[in-house]
Amino acid sequence: MAKTYFTEDHEWLRVEGGIATIGITDYAQEQLGDLVFVELPEPGKKLAKGDTAVVVESVKAASDVYAPVDGEITEANTSLSSDPSLVNSAATSDGWLWKMKLADESQLEGLLDEAAYKAHIG
Amino acid sequence: MTGDDTKHLPLEDLHVAASARFGAFAGWSMPLTYPAGVMKEHLHTREHAGLFDISHMKLFEIRGPGAEALLNRACPLDAGALEISQSKYTFLLNEAAGVIDDLIVTRLGRERFMVVANAGNAEADEKHLRQLAEDFDAKGEFDAKIEALDRVFLAIQGPEAWAALSRAGIETGSLLFMHGFEPRENWFMSRSGYTGEDGFEIGLPEVDARNLVAKLLEDERVMWVGLAARDSLRLEAGLCLHGLDITPEIDPASAGLMWAIPKEVRASGAFIGADALRAILERGPAQKRVGLKPEGRQPVRPGAALFDADGNAAGHVTSGGFGPSAGHPVAMGYVLTTLAKPGAKLFADVRGSKIPVDINPLPFTPHRYRKG
Repeated sequence: MAKTYFTEDHEWLRVEGGIATIGITDYAQEQLGDLVFVELPEPGKKLAKGDTAVVVESVKAASDVYAPVDGEITEANTSLSSDPSLVNSAATSDGWLWKMKLADESQLEGLLDEAAYKAHIG
Repeated sequence: MTGDDTKHLPLEDLHVAASARFGAFAGWSMPLTYPAGVMKEHLHTREHAGLFDISHMKLFEIRGPGAEALLNRACPLDAGALEISQSKYTFLLNEAAGVIDDLIVTRLGRERFMVVANAGNAEADEKHLRQLAEDFDAKGEFDAKIEALDRVFLAIQGPEAWAALSRAGIETGSLLFMHGFEPRENWFMSRSGYTGEDGFEIGLPEVDARNLVAKLLEDERVMWVGLAARDSLRLEAGLCLHGLDITPEIDPASAGLMWAIPKEVRASGAFIGADALRAILERGPAQKRVGLKPEGRQPVRPGAALFDADGNAAGHVTSGGFGPSAGHPVAMGYVLTTLAKPGAKLFADVRGSKIPVDINPLPFTPHRYRKG
């Protein structure tokens, strides 16, 4: 059964079987505006919590998306190469950014649940 | 960067009601986008008509027997050659011929001119002009008054701008690109803008502005457009943003803006910076502003370093983003004059990767001004 977590940096993680699917929240995509490019990571890349995993580019600016936990990239959402606007239209489903194998599942405990995230964005 | 010093637009409540997202620009809280988003706002402007609140920009009236001479000193301009209602794109230059600000000057009458200045520079511009006027006055040479006007300033841009204004009761009739006049008391309207499209800029009192905005927004051809799309529109149109593409360290020759300076003024004008500009023209500028088209979809941003194929430093990017009408990333920057040729291939450093960029003629999208 998948469980969903959130971060204060406006990311969501859906965790199932030690693999997290990660994207940005609807609130975040609204703040960024129309995306025109997503720089995706290569599978196999190891990231520590806080490392830049993905760069999302809007018409106006580039923004880093950080790894919310330690782990190894297993897959990037390559459909975003041809259609970065999926992040705007479906931030929490088809607009996911990358999947990673968690190095330490206990790090999840420090993340927010949906209610706490909603309180965070007010 | 919040605080009590942030300036607010007189029509801010209308932008709030339109659910604008605000951001700081040049000391002002400005609507960046509306719910339609930057892409739709940009494309709507090119296809129909975009309404922009540009009240952060400042209108100055310069009047008096010395107005012409003051402008000729402050700007590389022959103010006396302007016909009444004619506008001219020009600059305030420093002694090194660096661009303090870029301006539009319109002749309103024999001894009256309207000057439109950029938001972030307006105070410095006013001080600069007043200082010049005082210096001249002390020598008994001039008599010119500079008045900063309290106006709402709106731009309506796009192929249907004239029709929307007409429906709102404002006939634009025979007004041509880069001409302006005073259609009503305390109004100033010019056929101009910063999008590459046909359009108008109107300075007017707040009460009148509220009426006009209400009428314009009843028209489905018109939508509010924020500062984000204003930036992508002007970048596609190859127009400089002061502070990025032109600065007090950059002269008009390097910026490729010599078209704005008449030949006689170049040769014999007594404007501030004339000697420095003539010296630069004589030896040729070391770098030039060019359009840059990155390969692929990844935008290159201001500050990105440019290299030639051998990895030698070639210049840097000053404006960059995505061009919704062009359909690809667009940028401008400065490169060594020897490299500044259309078609030349360079590389931009974006977070450590080298993105190929072609030097591209400007503008990226053709200008559609109504010149006659």
